[in-house]
Amino acid sequence: MQNIEILIVGQHPDIMKTILRLLNNKSGWNGTAAFNADEAIEKSSTIAFNVVLLGAGLTDIESKQIQQHYKIPVVQHYGGGSGLLYAEIYQALNIQP
Amino acid sequence: MAQTIFHPAASRGKADLGWLKSYHTFSFGGYYNPERMHFGALRVLNDDTVDGGEGFGEHPHDNMEIISIPLKGGLKHHDSMDNVAVINDGDIQVMSAGTGIFHEEHNDDQDEAVQFLQIWVYPNVLNVEPRYDQLTLNKDDRHNKLQQILSPNPDDAGVWIYQNAWFNLGSFDKDLNTEYKLHAEGNGVYVFVINGSIKINGQVLNTRDGFGIWDIDKFNIEILEDAEFLLMEVPMSF
Repeated sequence: MQNIEILIVGQHPDIMKTILRLLNNKSGWNGTAAFNADEAIEKSSTIAFNVVLLGAGLTDIESKQIQQHYKIPVVQHYGGGSGLLYAEIYQALNIQP
Repeated sequence: MAQTIFHPAASRGKADLGWLKSYHTFSFGGYYNPERMHFGALRVLNDDTVDGGEGFGEHPHDNMEIISIPLKGGLKHHDSMDNVAVINDGDIQVMSAGTGIFHEEHNDDQDEAVQFLQIWVYPNVLNVEPRYDQLTLNKDDRHNKLQQILSPNPDDAGVWIYQNAWFNLGSFDKDLNTEYKLHAEGNGVYVFVINGSIKINGQVLNTRDGFGIWDIDKFNIEILEDAEFLLMEVPMSF
């Protein structure tokens, strides 16, 4: 079974680190971080992502650029590490745990 | 015509980590139910009991309004803005996570369990500067009347959050009635019975039951048995 590829985009370094750890601790999930819209869009040339998680610090323009570029679910992650992260991903991908 | 949804107490998700027993009205942690993700802007309603001396280690949040209401005992809070505080039964605490915050929460007592409600509301503005506040409420102000404990307005009663939401607590004697008028069109109200028994729109609600009602501008609450309850008015679209 293929890994679920998850792109997280945000500007809070410690939160990004926490979310990456949580994602990569989950079997079959692979997290990749980007800190701005340009980086997020560039990553799509090398990895076929299943879902994009947006975090704090992005401007409205950046969020819109990412949403327009990716034809996959793009959702907020709310900081992760706190009960919502997995449910938001399950819902975005319409999968069960 | 009013629309409603009823969530019996026993239908909630449950987490038992030994030191933590938590009932989740909406999907949270290991509980995932796609039909139970949120009620409008209300995303989390957790009914937590934490053993003495235990608690949640440091963890992050962003872009979420987080409200804690202790029901029994005290909860010690420490966050990355250097706020250190204890909230007790009768207090309410609010954090706007905004651009990002780390915090930890522990039972302030080494022996007795603490019980509290943890409530998360989607904000109406993203990337605000994180903020923390807490307030001691006068419990007498909710005896046989509704006490506003949260609003969108810093100058109004209770704490405030970045959302068009109003929370009220009530502690009513049996056989009384009260009416709740919504503040804003497009809002709905999620009712959580802390204890006792009430009836809304023909639905009987008992301890820890939840009930959402929307597409209505006011509703009546019948008190069937002495009851304490929390009304959370939130936008249904946000």
